[in-house]
This record gives sequence, C-alpha cells and structure tokens, in this order.
Amino acid sequence: MMYYSRLKMGSVLAVCLIGLLLCLPNVFRMPGANLPWRQIHLGLDLRGGSYLLMRVDLDTLARGRLETLTDGVRQSLLKAGLGYRNLVADPKLGAVTFTPRSPAEHDRDLAILADLPAATPNEFAISTLADGRIAVTLSPGALRTRASDAVAQSIEIVRRRIDATGAVDPEITRQGDDRIVVQLPGISDPNRIKQLLGTTAKMTFHLVAEGVSPGGAAPPGVDMLPMQDDPKQLVPVMHHVDVDGADLTNARAGQDNQSGQWAIDFTLDSVGTRQFAEVTRDNLGKPFAIVLDNKVITAPVIRGVIPSGNGQITGNYTAQSATDLALLLRAGALPAPLEVIEQRSIGPTLGADSIRAGAISLGIGFLLVVGFMAVFYGLFGWYANLALVANLILIVAVLSLFQATLTLPGMAGMLLTLGMAVDANILINERIREEVQRGRTPLAAMQAGFERATSTIVDSNATALLAHVMLFVFGTGPVRGFALTITIGIVTTLFTTLLLSRMLMVRWYATTRPTILPV
Amino acid sequence: MSNSTSALLRPRFRFVKDGTRIKFMRGRFLGLAVSAFLSAASVGLFFYPGLSLGIDFKGGIVVEARTQGPADFAKIRAGLAAQHVTNAGLQRFGSADDVLIRLDAPAGKDAGSEAATQSLVDKVRAGVSQAQPGTQILRADAVGASVSSELFRNGLLALGISLLMILAYIWFRFEWEFAVSAVATLVLDITKTIGFLAITRFEFDLVMVAAILTVLGYSTNDKVVVYDRVRENLRKYRTMPLRELIDLSINETLNRTLGTSSTVFLAALPLALFGGHTLAGFAWVMLFGIVVGTSSSIFIAAPILLLLGEKRLRRDAQKPAPPRAKAK
Repeated sequence: MMYYSRLKMGSVLAVCLIGLLLCLPNVFRMPGANLPWRQIHLGLDLRGGSYLLMRVDLDTLARGRLETLTDGVRQSLLKAGLGYRNLVADPKLGAVTFTPRSPAEHDRDLAILADLPAATPNEFAISTLADGRIAVTLSPGALRTRASDAVAQSIEIVRRRIDATGAVDPEITRQGDDRIVVQLPGISDPNRIKQLLGTTAKMTFHLVAEGVSPGGAAPPGVDMLPMQDDPKQLVPVMHHVDVDGADLTNARAGQDNQSGQWAIDFTLDSVGTRQFAEVTRDNLGKPFAIVLDNKVITAPVIRGVIPSGNGQITGNYTAQSATDLALLLRAGALPAPLEVIEQRSIGPTLGADSIRAGAISLGIGFLLVVGFMAVFYGLFGWYANLALVANLILIVAVLSLFQATLTLPGMAGMLLTLGMAVDANILINERIREEVQRGRTPLAAMQAGFERATSTIVDSNATALLAHVMLFVFGTGPVRGFALTITIGIVTTLFTTLLLSRMLMVRWYATTRPTILPV
Repeated sequence: MSNSTSALLRPRFRFVKDGTRIKFMRGRFLGLAVSAFLSAASVGLFFYPGLSLGIDFKGGIVVEARTQGPADFAKIRAGLAAQHVTNAGLQRFGSADDVLIRLDAPAGKDAGSEAATQSLVDKVRAGVSQAQPGTQILRADAVGASVSSELFRNGLLALGISLLMILAYIWFRFEWEFAVSAVATLVLDITKTIGFLAITRFEFDLVMVAAILTVLGYSTNDKVVVYDRVRENLRKYRTMPLRELIDLSINETLNRTLGTSSTVFLAALPLALFGGHTLAGFAWVMLFGIVVGTSSSIFIAAPILLLLGEKRLRRDAQKPAPPRAKAK
C-alpha cells in the first residue's frame, strides 16, 4: 500500500499523459493526414439542429402486400378460366379469401394457386376453410422479414434523399423494429426535409378502367383515385400495375417547351422501357394514368407506341416542388410511408447559449470544489485537486476516444462527477485522521487509511454506477449523454483517487518523512 | 507537522469536532415521523395538484422563440389564431424577449394522430414569425403520443430496476437489513422529491428522471458509507448495543458525510444559478435531493436499520467470532 514501484508510477503517469494527448484533437486541428484524430461531437442541443424520429408504417406495407396478392390470385384464376366469388383481402387474418364458383373447381383452384409466384419461399400457405372458402394466408415470418427489409431499404432511401439536399453530417440510424432516427446538425427548421421524407414517391402507370362511371362504386380490381390537381375528380384506375416507376434511371426538373410550366422529365430503365412500349402498343387509343402516391397526375390517351422510355410529368409545379419531386423519384420510392412521431429542433442561438451556460457552471463548480478541498483538507486536499484535474482530462479523453456526443446534460454530468470524485479523497483523509488520533504513526495511519477506505470507495461507487447504467439503457437523447459521462466519470474517479492521488500522497511521505500528518 | 510544511497546507476548517457524540438515535421516532409525514404529504401532492408533466411524457409541442423587442402576447395569440392554433399556453422565460409556447397534443377528431401533432409545430412556427417579424425560433419540439407513453414507461422502468439492483447489491455486500432499510429510505426520498416537483411546478420529464436517478445514486452512496462503518463496528465492539453502535458510526462518519454533501452541493449550485432554464429544474432537484439524501442517511436509514436489526444483528455478533476477521 505504501510502496509504488517505478513501473507502477510510470504507468499511472503514462495513463494521465495519454489522456492529455487524447484531449488534444478537441483543441487543435489535425496536423497530419493519418493521425487518429478523434474528437468529441457536440450534441444537437449544443450545436443546434434537428432530431426526427420516424416510424415506418408497417401496417400499410402488410396491407399493400395483401392487395398485390389479391391481384395475383385474381389474375391467375382468370387466366386459367376459373371463377370465383367474394374475392377479398382480409387484413385481420392476413389472408386473401374467396369462394370457388362450384365445388367441382375446388381442386383445380388449389392446383393453380400452388403456382402463384411468391416473393420469398413459403411466403404464404393455401388452405380450405370450414365453410368451403379458399384462403391464401401470408406467413407471419415472411411478413416480418419483409418488414425488416422495408426498414433497411427505407433507411437507404432516406439517406439518399437527405444527401441530395446537401445536409452536412446527417446521422441516420435504426431504432427498434420500425423506427428510424434522423439527426441533422445545423438544420434548425426541418420542414423541407420532413416534407421530403413524408412523401412516399411511389410512381406507377396503370390503364384506366373503361365503362366505369366516376360517381359509382368501384368494381373489383379497380380503384377510384383522385386527380392530384383536382381531388374532387375521381378516375377509375385498374389496380394492376403495368409499369413500375421504380424502374427509372433518371428524373430531373425542367420547363416545358410549349407552356413554360415546370415539369419533371424522366427516363425508364430497359425493363421499364420495354414494358412501356408493350403497353402503349397493345392499348392504342386508351387512356393511360400516371399515379403518384395514390393520386392521378395525368391520364392522357395513348396516341402511339412510345419506345424510348422517356416521359414527362406536368402539373402545378413550382421550381422548388418540381426539383423536389425529381429528387424523390431519383432516390426511389419508400417501401412504406414514413411518419414523423417525434421532432426536436434547436436553433443555433440556444445552442451557443447552452454551451456558454454549461461552461460557466463547469468553471465555477470546479473552482468551488477545489476551494473547498483546499480549505478543509490542506495539502492532501491539493493532491485531491490535482487528481480532479486529471479526472477531468481523462473523462474528456475517454469521450474523445469513443467519439461520444457531448450534450448539455452531459456537461452537468461532468460537473456532478467532479463533486462526487473528491468523496474518495475525503473518505481516505478522514480515515487517516482517525487512525492518527488512535495514536498510530504517520506511516501506519496512512496505510490503514488507504486500506480501510478502499472497500468503502468501491462499494459506494458501484451502487452509483448501477443507477447510471440503467439510465443509459433506458434513456434517450441528451439524457443518455448524461448517463454516459457519469458512468465514464465513475471509472476515471476510481483510477485518479485509488491510484493517482494516493501515489502523490505516498511520494510526499517518502520524500519528506513527516512526523505529523497534515490532516 | 514538519516545519517545512507551511501553515497554508494544513486543513482550515472541520464541520464537527473530533470526538463528537451526538445521540442521533434518540430522535429516531421523531425523524421517522417527520419523514413519514413529508412523504405522505408528497403523495397527496402527487394526486393533487399533481405533477406538471413535460412533453416527453405527455406529448404535445413546445416552441421557444426570441422576438425582436419585447414579446407581445396579444400579437402572438392573434398570429397563432390566424394559423387556426388556439389553446396555446404562452409563458415568458429568461428575458422579456423570450416566449415559450406550449400546446397539448390535439384532442377531438385528431386525438392520437401523429401527423396532427407534427404539423402543429409548423403552424406555430409560422404563426409566431408572422406575429412579430424577425422572431427567432430557439427550439421547437413535438412529441407524439406513442413516443411519450413509451418514454414514460422507460423512465419508470429505469427507476424501478435501479432500485432493485441497489437492493440486490447491498444485500450481497451487507445483510438484508441493510438492503431493506436503504431501499425503504430511497423510496421515501423519491416520494419527497416528487412532492418537491409538485410544489415547485418544475416539469417532470426525462431530464428529471435523470436527476432523480442521480440523487438515488448519491443517496445510496451516502448510506453505504455509514453502513460500512456500522458493519466494521459490529465486528469491533462485540458487546455494544446496536443503538449506541449506530450513533457511534454516524458520528465517526459525520465529517465525511457533510464534506461530500458539500462538494456535490457546491458542484450542483452553479448549474442551478447559471445553467440556463434547460437545466435549472434538474439542478434544483439535485440540490433538494442532496439535502434530503444526506439527512435521510442519518435520520431515516439508520433508525430503520436499528428497528430491523436490533435483535438479529447483535445476536449474530455475539456468536464466537472467527479468528481475527478483520474489516476490509
């Protein structure tokens, strides 16, 4: 306890020195290209910016799959010349159900459905219900995989869309099963980004159903969709997708040559171009609808075969909205709608105010604690203060090493750590003082003081550690930053008090050999 | 002291003199009674008027704006009304230019609609900017209903699991009497903090949960130090009645208890005074918690330990001791 080998002393000092070096990247620019120059990040609450928590609407995704499955069942039954009644998608069962035209066709129905294309192996099961209906049921496992893929794909598309806006250092992460966190430093009004992310941008091309009156109910396989520019006007659109707009290679905003209006020109890829050519060849003279997010943009009559795969979307677009839509089409459609469920944005002024308030509090708090220790514990108090400085350096070093995010509560955590850190020194000092009063020699008193205080220090810090680890696990945002700094602080405190300040006291004893201790 | 050490390096003050022997356990019933009363009153305050829940836990929106020139509430209300935003709570904070606008999550036909909550924040932004041109939006938060209920659940979960882990840890390191009396005291501490929040009307949000957990950690720390001394003295003074022994242990650790409370208090004080309104509530709860946690170590945790352990802890100690089992 009272002897520090050269190696041990060297190690303790080396750790402090390394800590100091690790702090440097926060103060200086990187001098060379290949140095590990790791810095603490400032949280959004300090540098200003926006935080968006979004939920991927997985219900819609599941419903969408059920609808395409219904479409698939209908198409394959019709192709085989089989009849059906009451073909419906049942979202509760997660199944498509129908009644065969006659019991005699039942087995043929099953045989035809067995060849229904599945997106993944065993995506659905075919069964006969008690009342004679046939059910095509999506498996929960396949739905989960689809949902998980959809979230991953959404993150990719969100990233592409945000990158296209030129936002600096955006952070996009997955949270839980169906959530995406987007952090946008420096953007204090996230309105435009919210709009960009809130648009699914699913563009599809459908034939318009003929002989359906716009006022009446939609027959099976037909959707009544509103026009984008005039939501009251409904267009009967075939549910079947003839060409998918996801197959486009380029989209850009431009002005229409004749009208001068803003429009979006797009180019389909080879698959889309071929499909487009086929559809236009087979359906000359019929109206063909471009549908964007369940709204009909235009439904012109096909006047000739279009082999090029080029098209144009016109409407009431401004320069901004046309540019945005082109951006969205280029980045690709979201597999499911995204919904913002939490947003927090902080302007640059408040961030700067917070940094100043945090720094002032940290400075004053530090001085108060240092002053207290000096007045109440004298020389050993000053050693505790040296350890405190080392502690602060080490906390910053560890935060830099992890490239952790410093938040305003995190700064508060640092300050409270400083207040708690000297507890270990107080325990040791009080203990030494007691031992002196029991008549021990300075050497024996210091030895006993260190020894007895150690288990108390470990016990008391362990309980505090537990509380803050819990906070880190269950907390979010800035509060997590607080839990992180305190947790790191507890570990560095154990190092600086059990090793560093003790070493200073031992060295002092070894060099001065005092007859009375300053306690 | 060696002559080379200057007088400056000697300690200047101490809280209590050496050999102080205050008979704290005499006041044990008074301490428990006062604590029980305060905690009961706090529980009452929790139900009426109740806590002022922040948007983390309640959902809704908060916008902080800095107007050019003093904030004119009438103009702002008109600006908001132009955006069809009614029922907004306006509040001044900090300087005369700073206004805080608060709205609950939409009720009625939009109740529970995430989109309605999120679009509200844009309306408020627009309304304030129109009312007083040049207004800066300092902060704009909108929390939907699904998130707020989840944050609330997680907050309570963090508190509950922390308490259980503290119970388990102290039980493991000490005896069950120590663990139970510590956790009972912590629960009493937490109820008082809730009462403090109800009176001061500081908003109860995630940051407050962080404050309460920090207080919990600090308060446990304080109790562990006293318990540690009790455990040591139980081995050292084999015949001393538990009541005297607890008194002795508290007195022996009194300088440390007051010293550490002071440093943590001093560290938290600047936060309360200069930390800005974001952290002010947090810091005041910390300060309150430090005072409560320190006093409860002496006046609550120790008496409960005495009640629980009067027979058992002493009976254990009177068994023949293992040879030189030294406190370590």
